[in-house]
Amino acid sequence: MPAGDGSLCRVTEFMRYIQRRGHWAVLSAVVLLLAACGEGAWNDPYPHSEATQNIYYSSFSLRPKHLDPARSYSSNEIVFTGQIYEPPLQYHYLRRPYALIPLAARAVPQPWFEDAQGNRLPADAPEEQIAHSVYEVQIQPGIRYQPHPAFARDADGRPLYASLTAGELEKIDTLGDFAQSGSRELVAADYVYQIKRLAHPRLHSPIYGLMAEYIVGLRDYAKTLNEALDKQGNGHLDLTRYDLSGVELVDRYTYRIRVKGLYPQFIYWLAMPFFAPVPPEVDAFYAQPGLQAKNITLDWYPVGTGPYMLTINNPNRKMVMERNPNFRGEAYPSEGEPGDQAAGLLKDAGRPMPFIDKAVYSLEKEGIPAWNKFLQGYYDASGIGSDSFDQAVQISGQGEATLTDAMREKGIQLVTGVATSIYYMGFNMTDPVVGGNSERARKLRRAISIAVDYEEFISIFQNGRGIPAQGPLPPGIFGYVEGRDGINPYVYDWVDGKPRRKPVSEAKRLLAEAGYPDGRDAQTGKPLLIHLDTTGGGPDDKARMDWMRKQFAKIDLQLVIRATDYNRFQEKMRKGTAQLFQWGWNADYPDPENFFFLLYGPNAKVGKNGENAANYENPEFDRLFQRMKNLPNGPERLAVINEMVDIVRRDAPWVWGMNPKQFSLFHDWYHNVKPNFMANNTLKYRRLDPELRARLRAEWNRPVVWPLALVATVLVLGLLPAFLMYRRKLHARGIARGKN
Amino acid sequence: MLAYIVRRSLYAIPILIGVNLLTFWLFFVVNSPDDMARMQLGMKHVTPEAIERWKADHGYDKPLLYNEKAEGTGKFTDTIFFDKSVRLFVFDFGTADDGRDIGYDIRQRMWPSLALAIPVFLIGLLVNITFALLMAFFRATYVDYAGVVLCVILMSISALFYIIGGQYLVSKLMHLVPISGYDGGLSAFKFLILPVVIGIISGIGAGSRWYRTIFLEEVNKDYVRTARAKGLPERVVLFRHVLKNAMIPILTGVVVTIPMLFMGSLITESFFGIPGLGSYTIDAIRAQDFGIVRAMVFLGSVLYILGLLLTDLSYTLVDPRVRLS
Repeated sequence: MPAGDGSLCRVTEFMRYIQRRGHWAVLSAVVLLLAACGEGAWNDPYPHSEATQNIYYSSFSLRPKHLDPARSYSSNEIVFTGQIYEPPLQYHYLRRPYALIPLAARAVPQPWFEDAQGNRLPADAPEEQIAHSVYEVQIQPGIRYQPHPAFARDADGRPLYASLTAGELEKIDTLGDFAQSGSRELVAADYVYQIKRLAHPRLHSPIYGLMAEYIVGLRDYAKTLNEALDKQGNGHLDLTRYDLSGVELVDRYTYRIRVKGLYPQFIYWLAMPFFAPVPPEVDAFYAQPGLQAKNITLDWYPVGTGPYMLTINNPNRKMVMERNPNFRGEAYPSEGEPGDQAAGLLKDAGRPMPFIDKAVYSLEKEGIPAWNKFLQGYYDASGIGSDSFDQAVQISGQGEATLTDAMREKGIQLVTGVATSIYYMGFNMTDPVVGGNSERARKLRRAISIAVDYEEFISIFQNGRGIPAQGPLPPGIFGYVEGRDGINPYVYDWVDGKPRRKPVSEAKRLLAEAGYPDGRDAQTGKPLLIHLDTTGGGPDDKARMDWMRKQFAKIDLQLVIRATDYNRFQEKMRKGTAQLFQWGWNADYPDPENFFFLLYGPNAKVGKNGENAANYENPEFDRLFQRMKNLPNGPERLAVINEMVDIVRRDAPWVWGMNPKQFSLFHDWYHNVKPNFMANNTLKYRRLDPELRARLRAEWNRPVVWPLALVATVLVLGLLPAFLMYRRKLHARGIARGKN
Repeated sequence: MLAYIVRRSLYAIPILIGVNLLTFWLFFVVNSPDDMARMQLGMKHVTPEAIERWKADHGYDKPLLYNEKAEGTGKFTDTIFFDKSVRLFVFDFGTADDGRDIGYDIRQRMWPSLALAIPVFLIGLLVNITFALLMAFFRATYVDYAGVVLCVILMSISALFYIIGGQYLVSKLMHLVPISGYDGGLSAFKFLILPVVIGIISGIGAGSRWYRTIFLEEVNKDYVRTARAKGLPERVVLFRHVLKNAMIPILTGVVVTIPMLFMGSLITESFFGIPGLGSYTIDAIRAQDFGIVRAMVFLGSVLYILGLLLTDLSYTLVDPRVRLS
């Protein structure tokens, strides 16, 4: 029996007493309370019957907007789509650097090249001869979809729910209301269908614009679909009737994607849900009139072949994924990094996944309740908010993060990892003061880069969760160099075996050389004002902005904060009217191209609507970028990358800012946790010990009822004199008896 | 009375058009259709072409209020304002920018809001009136003084403090109820106990003090003296006579809020993870989802107008001298 039994017995005695006294109203309230509390711990938010089940509990703070693989792109959505859909490839869970391995595919496809006439070229053909790269993907036979009503068939093999009548629709509110479901084998045509969906005008896939640049015929295909929709009007557009020239179905299990020119990074996109399969009949099923009005859409109820299927989608309350009964049972990896064995990450090597039966995600809009529920054992893992950081983590003298005693006593464990992300402060290179490629502007930018002390920023505002960035590449990305060779020599010196920021005097010297001695224009004598455009204007941002002003004041520069709303900020960036701004980037895939393209000239924000927010343009850098992006990882590519890093460090279009460090906590009963910033399908690797969890939860959550009795006693004692006064008043005589 | 209701309902139409116009203007002062498209399409790899397609698909490619290129009445009807507003008057809220049916979402989310708001409203009213009558009964005694001091203390504490303090004491330290969450049916009870109790306690200060003032004003009137002179016990005087005569000012403040219970409570729902309507509007504003914003503002206006109408009607029930004409 769980904890709280003693309390329950006392409550039962109390109930009997009330029954004897005949206080039925009170008894009813108590019964209702107990019925609601159930048998387990009183504060258990889950049904008691789930206590020892193999269920993973987590939370989400922002409801997912899209679960359609053609539309979903946010991290809060991929938590779900990553477990349900199976693109051809995935990232190895344990191995570093990140490596692609097959998921639904038989092997990682190696592209071959063709010239403009379609002739096959050798693998080492010069880039200018290559008109197309062809990726042939072979998928594994025998993979089956999760049970779904779209696959249900009658005795004659016809779809059961392909044309729902108004009467049938009346009885349906959720997907679970369909009496029958079915399944079928995954085929290559489903992958082809999904690639076509990327161009569907009504779906607004976020990667359509990018993919139209690469996949042969995708732009024309979108035009064809547009015309078809114009002719047809509303209703389902059957994409199987229209061919996409760049994607070819070879046989039942094989398809080819033809990509324009050389684009080696395309392979990484094949590990994202955008390239997961969607069966045409599922698309047609969801397109039926009436289902959308009940919010039964592919965007709401995904259909996949992955280890889990979404069974409850109520993002206003909770989302539940359950084990897909048709999942083929992939094996847990049997190799990883050195140290994984010692960390216990290979204990399950070779065992069929997934290990967890069900995953329940509850909506938690506020951090405090979510954190407390984690401490009570009602969530298996948690991030660390700034409010709870000191309670959970202590930083040692050597700067190492360790758990506090309170956390260790509970058996909570900590894992950290530097994310493949960068938060930087960019200079608008089109700005006449801070921009441009002149030596004067470079020195001004370098002076600011030295002055803004990101070590202090990380310590004050990030609780030490980050490392100062030395260039555009974060750790974990090919080309990132650690140690002495990896520091930015324009901002850091290597002293006592670690990087040390150059002194402020060096920044002042550079500022003077730039023509601003003591922060004043040498020609006009006017103080130099630098404008930082930001979206943060609330009280929470004040401390950051004050800190930032202080950094500039160190070199006698005046920083003017121009806070605005997000839309106006974006507009300023597009028009290039910002001077200094803060920005960030999370890697789409673990390739340096995904960071260097943020500084590639033709990708400028102004005029070209690209992701180069600083509008940096350097012909030499651009030339090297073109070369680097098509090279395989190796010494040659590394040399080019080092050259590119040197150029941007010298030009300093960004104050390189920081690479955030992710801290995650998890309970003792939760296993196989290793940070992987690229993989989206990590739930299948995780394992639970539900018995241990149930025992510890009960131990940690024994009800404490004596304060209630205390409050009741205080209330009764407080009101007793009043009651006595009332009684006296009630029985008092109207007129006092006089002496006669 | 029917004529009065019809007349008041007709008055509501220009008010609702005005509210709609104001909402529309305020929303589009801050957000342009391009901003909305960017918000929906995400931050990465968004092309101008994709933005134009999104706007066309969602009906945001037209002029906002006046279409110079259109002919005749089309100058006003072939606009975003007309397209998005007219259907509201038949309570067709349309779809959110992510394609979800707003009416369906409202129907789903109003029940948790009501499950929280109705007990807080009813029990809170009962507690406040009882406490106020108690203070009036024991006026000028230690109970009254202590009650007023307690009310002032309760009024001075922020609602957020009650919530966080309540969660800390009751859920974290005493482990009596879940800190947050929600479930359907009878299981909802254990999730609602704490927010309901906190809602009631946080409302006692202001509510009881206000009712106490009303009751004290009544107890000094002649009819109360007459009732006492007849020998009626003080309990009967207060509950049967004073309470009844104090109903008009109480109803003025109370009935108008009844329809608004649908709209939920933003902070309480957010902290307790109750999936009601309270956070629906705020989430929509953050997501720049005009469809939900206009629907919720429209619904709020309708409910407020309904509340005022019900208040007027309730006067006739408690005071026969009131005639609606």
